[in-house]
Amino acid sequence: MHLLIVEDDEDTAAYMRKGLMEAGYTVDHAANGRDGLFMATSGSFDAIVLDRMLPGLDGLAVVQAMRAANISTPVLILSALGQVDDRVKGLRAGGDDYLSKPFAFSELHARIEALLRRRDVQSVETKLTVGDLELDLLSRKVKRGDRLIDLQPRELRLLEYLMRHAGQVVTRTMLLEGVWDYHFDPQTNVIDVHISRLRQKLDKGFDKPLLHTMRGAGYSIRAG
Amino acid sequence: MAVPRALPGFLRSSTFRLSVFYVALFFLSVGALLAFIYVQAIATIDTQTEQATKADAAALVQEYTAQGIAGLIDAVEDRIAPDRAGDGLYLLEDDEGAPLAANVQTWPTAEPNPGGWVSFNVDREDGPHQARGLTYALKDGSKLLVARDLHARLDFQELMVDALYYALALTVVLGVGGGLLISRRMLNRLDAINRAAERIRTGDLSHRIGTTGSHDEFDRLSETLNAMLEEIHRLMNGMRTVTDNIAHDLRSPLTRMKGRLEMLLREPADTDAQRVAIERTIADADQLLTTFTALLSIADAQSGSARATMAPLDLDELAGDIVDLYEPAAEERGIAIGHEEGQGSVMGSRQLLFQALVNLVDNAIKNTPAGGTIQVAVRRQAGAVHFVVADSGPGIPETERDRVLEPFVRLDSSRSTPGSGLGLALVAAIARLHGARIELGDNAPGLVVSLIFPVVA
Repeated sequence: MHLLIVEDDEDTAAYMRKGLMEAGYTVDHAANGRDGLFMATSGSFDAIVLDRMLPGLDGLAVVQAMRAANISTPVLILSALGQVDDRVKGLRAGGDDYLSKPFAFSELHARIEALLRRRDVQSVETKLTVGDLELDLLSRKVKRGDRLIDLQPRELRLLEYLMRHAGQVVTRTMLLEGVWDYHFDPQTNVIDVHISRLRQKLDKGFDKPLLHTMRGAGYSIRAG
Repeated sequence: MAVPRALPGFLRSSTFRLSVFYVALFFLSVGALLAFIYVQAIATIDTQTEQATKADAAALVQEYTAQGIAGLIDAVEDRIAPDRAGDGLYLLEDDEGAPLAANVQTWPTAEPNPGGWVSFNVDREDGPHQARGLTYALKDGSKLLVARDLHARLDFQELMVDALYYALALTVVLGVGGGLLISRRMLNRLDAINRAAERIRTGDLSHRIGTTGSHDEFDRLSETLNAMLEEIHRLMNGMRTVTDNIAHDLRSPLTRMKGRLEMLLREPADTDAQRVAIERTIADADQLLTTFTALLSIADAQSGSARATMAPLDLDELAGDIVDLYEPAAEERGIAIGHEEGQGSVMGSRQLLFQALVNLVDNAIKNTPAGGTIQVAVRRQAGAVHFVVADSGPGIPETERDRVLEPFVRLDSSRSTPGSGLGLALVAAIARLHGARIELGDNAPGLVVSLIFPVVA
């Protein structure tokens, strides 16, 4: 997977680059908006991480120019401006996701994974499967092995989000955004309690747990 | 306002009240003027009548002195001849009271005044008239009355009274009509300014008040207000730039710091103590960022820029979401959180209002002991929508309730629990942004926080 980082701050760029390369990505870097746009239009990247405030050409202008040139590479906008309308502006300009600075690397990583996955999954599914866990999207029924698992509507939505991102790390803010559609950093353990309830229903009585806690990052549902 | 609301706007306006006052004043001055004219004219008429009567009488007495009674009779007969009959009234009686020459039938019964004048009524073709005249006792025992019919004076009186009525009626009609017209015109101009100001107040900061180009007082007022708005806009932009720069310049080093620490954490640590130190430093950096983010959010809410993203919002749905999100966390602490369903829609920012709610419910959970309850409700009350979070915790003493809405204020009782002391200040700022009041009350026991939104028609 080939990523482009457009970030003027050397240290932040180096830190992201190092982390992402360790995670197995090929990473290119542009230090200003003009170079970023040039590279985005010529190279074939799988995703772009774009800083909002850039010298030369502003981040929003870069996305707009990209979208105008029919380049649909997923873009994650990074910004030190974390206010409500900044986020709206970023997504309206053509960004696919928005992450406020400062962020934990795990958050960035999880969101890039989600962006890359979003591109793969285009077909309409009626059933999600992870190991012996099955979620029927039409009847809204959940089965593990032969056992029917009774879930509340909210637990079902939570499970659906996790299963759609099966094998990936899903952060707390991603869950809050994906399941409840609210964008802020939950400082308290509200999300963790939801997960532990869900885990009770999914994994209790089974040898192999499916819902894993990724320390310092978030959660992941996977068979192995 | 004491004036009933049913009155149309222009009747309640100060311009209209002012014009009514001026109509009354004008009314009085016209009345006074007419009264003065009336008194003066009557006095002139009276004087003229008196002089004419006197001159006439003097001529007749002279006739008598020169020609005797026969000459006088001729003179009187001459004056009362039908073709000459005017306002003159005469009665000449002999010493027995028999009329010698007359167009008045009976001698006046009233006593003459010290000047010799006597007032009486006389029957004329069109009814009784008032008359006034002089009486003379002649040497041969006969008596002469020379008087004037006063109908001219009475006619004039009537004319004056009629004129007074017409003038007053016209004054009222013109005054009230003119007042209405002027007040409506003024009100339209003022309304335009009001509407523009309201639009600006609710977030459209680039809007300006229109001018008519007439350079009158209203145009000057509009220009002054526009200049003021320009200044406010500039200052707010300045504020925004400063906070944006602070956000960028402080967050970037913090991001780097956190990044480096996290990278360090991924390397194999030399000792456990180092690992713990790094973890604690990251936690401190996070705490710093939390406070910092809350401060920026407060500044952002205060700047009103989020008004641009406001949309009609169902508060009950928000209440349902917050209860849904916090129900497991509350249950884990042995607290029952409930949603009392209601109805209420406002124009608002979904994200910001939810953030306000998160702060309120977080506080409630922190302060409510196990076994307690938290209620989230939307109620319509007295033309407002109340968004209520009530808990059964220790509550806040009445004297402290205003204080806790200020930034960084933490009550002694909550010093031991984590938090920045910015939560309620952020809630207050978000409430203000939405034109809502925040009210802290007693839930007996517990705290009840209400965000009170005005209902938009």
